[in-house]
Amino acid sequence: MNIIVCIKQVPATNDVKINKDTNTLVRDEAQSVINPFDTYAVEEGVRLKEATGGKITVISMGIPKVADILKECIAVGADDGILLSDRAFAGADTLATSAALAAGINKIGDYDIIICGKQAIDGDTGQVGPELAERLGIPHITCVRKIEEIKEDYIRAQRMTDFGYEVIECSLPAVITVVKEINEPRLPSIKGMMKAKKAVIPVWTADDVGADKDKIGLRGSPTKVIKTFTPEININTEIIDGAPEEQAHKLVEKLLQLQIKVPV
Amino acid sequence: MDYFLTEEQQMIKELAARIADEKVAPVARELDEKEEFPYEIMKILAESDLFGVYIPEEYGGLGGGITEQCLVIEELSRACAGVAVSYAASGLGCTPILLFGTEEQKQKYVPDIAAGKKLAAFALTEANAGSDVSGIQTMAVKDGDYYILNGTKQWITNGGEADVYVVLAVTNRSKGSRGFSAFIVEKDTPGLSFGKKEKKLGIRASATREVIFTDCRIPKENILGKEGMGFIVAMKNFDRTRPGIGAQAVGIAQGALDYAASYAHQRYQFGQPISSFQAIQHMLADMATQTEAARALVYATARMIDAGAKDFSKESSMAKVFASDVAMKVTTDAVQILGGYGYMRDYPVEKMMRDAKITQIYEGTNQIQRNIIALELIKQYASKK
Amino acid sequence: MMGIRIIEENCTGCAVCIRACPFNAVKMENDKAVILDNCTLCGSCADACKFDAIDFQAERGTGMGDLSSYRDVWVFAEQKGGIADSAVFELLGAGRRLADQLGEDLAAVLIGNKVRPVAQQLIAYGADKVYWVDHPDLEYFNDELYADNLSYLIQRYRPNIVLLAATVYGRSLGPRVAARIGTGLTADCTGLEIDVDTRNLMQTRPAFGGNLMATIVCPDHRPQMATVRPRVMRPLEPNSGRSGHILRQQAQLKQDLKTRVLQVVEEAGETLNLLEADIIVSGGRGLGDPKNFALVEELAKTLGGAVGASRAAVDAGWIPYSHQVGQTGKTVGPKIYFACGISGAVQHLAGMSSSDIIVAVNKDPDAPIFKVATYGIVGDVLEILPLITNEFKKALGK
Repeated sequence: MNIIVCIKQVPATNDVKINKDTNTLVRDEAQSVINPFDTYAVEEGVRLKEATGGKITVISMGIPKVADILKECIAVGADDGILLSDRAFAGADTLATSAALAAGINKIGDYDIIICGKQAIDGDTGQVGPELAERLGIPHITCVRKIEEIKEDYIRAQRMTDFGYEVIECSLPAVITVVKEINEPRLPSIKGMMKAKKAVIPVWTADDVGADKDKIGLRGSPTKVIKTFTPEININTEIIDGAPEEQAHKLVEKLLQLQIKVPV
Repeated sequence: MDYFLTEEQQMIKELAARIADEKVAPVARELDEKEEFPYEIMKILAESDLFGVYIPEEYGGLGGGITEQCLVIEELSRACAGVAVSYAASGLGCTPILLFGTEEQKQKYVPDIAAGKKLAAFALTEANAGSDVSGIQTMAVKDGDYYILNGTKQWITNGGEADVYVVLAVTNRSKGSRGFSAFIVEKDTPGLSFGKKEKKLGIRASATREVIFTDCRIPKENILGKEGMGFIVAMKNFDRTRPGIGAQAVGIAQGALDYAASYAHQRYQFGQPISSFQAIQHMLADMATQTEAARALVYATARMIDAGAKDFSKESSMAKVFASDVAMKVTTDAVQILGGYGYMRDYPVEKMMRDAKITQIYEGTNQIQRNIIALELIKQYASKK
Repeated sequence: MMGIRIIEENCTGCAVCIRACPFNAVKMENDKAVILDNCTLCGSCADACKFDAIDFQAERGTGMGDLSSYRDVWVFAEQKGGIADSAVFELLGAGRRLADQLGEDLAAVLIGNKVRPVAQQLIAYGADKVYWVDHPDLEYFNDELYADNLSYLIQRYRPNIVLLAATVYGRSLGPRVAARIGTGLTADCTGLEIDVDTRNLMQTRPAFGGNLMATIVCPDHRPQMATVRPRVMRPLEPNSGRSGHILRQQAQLKQDLKTRVLQVVEEAGETLNLLEADIIVSGGRGLGDPKNFALVEELAKTLGGAVGASRAAVDAGWIPYSHQVGQTGKTVGPKIYFACGISGAVQHLAGMSSSDIIVAVNKDPDAPIFKVATYGIVGDVLEILPLITNEFKKALGK
């Protein structure tokens, strides 16, 4: 089974500091890591390979440094890594990212399943997986928590929903996005690390993958960020006075304004 | 201190550290309280290839030596010495096979041990034989193509969990220390059974059991080396594994130092962090110095052995005795720095202090180590005359 | 050719661009700015430069040409078993406001099996029109079929805005449809406004785990699509007297379906893991008695949250260790953390102080917990806790 795993590099922490004057992110040489959700995707790929044989190719779009993170995937069991890196890819929103990945994956060619993490922790959109599936013209299943059965041209999986789960089957090739319940990612092995150290990550440009320049990067991105700002967070303790009923009422009113999602 | 590790050694150390921090540390307290064998962690160590770091590549290992083994033991011990000894004891069981095994024996047993598929153990101690090996009573009587083993080994690390045991038994009582032989015994051999898991002061995650032989028939090809070589097998084995105990002690000391130093920085008394008091500063300074000195001695010894030195019992004993005494001292001081908190099981340093104690006792008590060192010294100076 | 370039003769090395860059993609070399490979072409540096030293030609895509033919605000009416998801009514509330501002209609797209009654309800909640697709094959949400039907309707009727709830289904269907249409989609929005000048939809959403908010537009493509975080927008009061048009649409079906839903399983009452819960209600020794933990559990249940405890409460045997929060228990970081009758020993604070919002209820005004709390109530926890629970029940309609 030929398995492709899509990964993204993200800042090591989403506890970003904001420069209050300029309203921009302060990234003091923040360390970059593989998106945590993508580690489950890589692990699931490795487990599939262990069960069915085949090959795992990990692909990412990003700056040249992302090659290091692709190598980390090799250390935990992936066979190859491919980096899509080109100024023409820069400034991509999810739609343009899916176009770049689709072009890269089409160049790889032969694949049975594409695995992505549920979402990336920096953008939290979770859109690239389904958009990629649409671009490749294949079905997708999001939020997979368990692969029940997989055969040459068929997968049956459990998808987590807001109220429980559902069992879905679809033909392969397909894209699945995985949640962290699906597995526990392994640590690398020394042999894997040595293999990773020696690995050469091919870097593919937009021309290499024959990407349509109108569909990738800034040009291919319909959405545009026009403003960023820091949400107001009150760090001074506010003591709520009054009779007990009043205190409770005031508190709940304040908390409801935070508009935090309450599971039903 | 920079020990100028090779790139591969650095890799091994980093991976072991990551396993220690991410997988061992979070469960160390629970394993200690429940006295539970760390099966999960053994599996992780196996998948990471760490069981094979000191094993030659032709037997499925990574081709490193005692230095690599010490790096792993040290890092694991920072988080939990009980886990570390479960790992290290497999090496104690495998090393005699590497040293004295026939090619067939090596091919049969070592690859699985290197892959972590099988754990090994070394069984010497008995009720009446600890520091004095000549007290061994387990008998191995030759019967055609078999040896028949009878007797009981005591306090065997990985007892009951290991699949492969290297056992010391008497083959000829009249020959004294030349009357012992070492045998490889597989776990499922009829006549081999295990006693209950011992309740210990520390290293509680590790399994310590009696290993009992009742008319246990071992094929004669399972003898290690020749009949009568058992004592040599044991001594050569310990010479190579004592630095590992030193590494364990260094790891325990480092874990205690790390915790105490960060605690001292956070703990406020008299309106300031206690790390601002000279009384605490000097304790921390001594702890750090002693730990580093112990590490330097352990690494130097390991490298000397790996470089092919012929005679290293003295250095090996020095590394073990010094590092274990340091671990006891440093962990005791760490408890002292934490004060009342240090004495509570909610904080990890009391466990480290309990764990440290065993490093002064097992694989030859520190008194026996000093005997070895003194004997070598006397030999050395006597020969100068 | 699109791109970014430093015009060296204009660059004074003032480094304003470095501070302006959100991505650390500018550095100084020999007192001149240099753009690094991780530049995302956001243009912040060019805007900030006072010396016209950054040539930024963000040649954007040409878009879809004339956008004026796209009209109306649409809401995808997610339903399960003929019952609309509560978020749909919230979207109708928000959509109504946007439609009125634009002077356009608000329409709902209802796809399912025997879901006609829902259509009426959608009108009561503000829809002017309901595009209703009904077929037995559409009984369960199916990405492939639902995407075919929604895309077909969008291509046929050309809406200006399409909103979906940011549920598991909405966040799966939205991107597939957006990719098919070739338009932009903004995920998990918490704010939606119309820009009075451009009439574009300004979509505001949290990023970096809520540490930063971003406002996003989709200027040259239609429809402007967004998934919207549930329980953020306000629904209108339903008015059963409202009139609207229910427009039955032909279901788009196909023979060679690749995806099938075999089983839909509801898992109710699953206890939430402390580490994953958005809301944690914790109790301490201040509860006075183990049976009073029921008050904590009740609030947690009402909010769909998890139950935590201080070490004191665990040690007293009131609740199992698995609930313990703090140095020797679990470290948690929920959106809201209720500390009920917990004094706030350092060891406890170590395990929960990274929570977004901390609510403390304690009778001792000097309790350390109030030093880290966002909101504090000084009073008897046994009296106030049930009152808080009731207020929430009222507000959430439970």
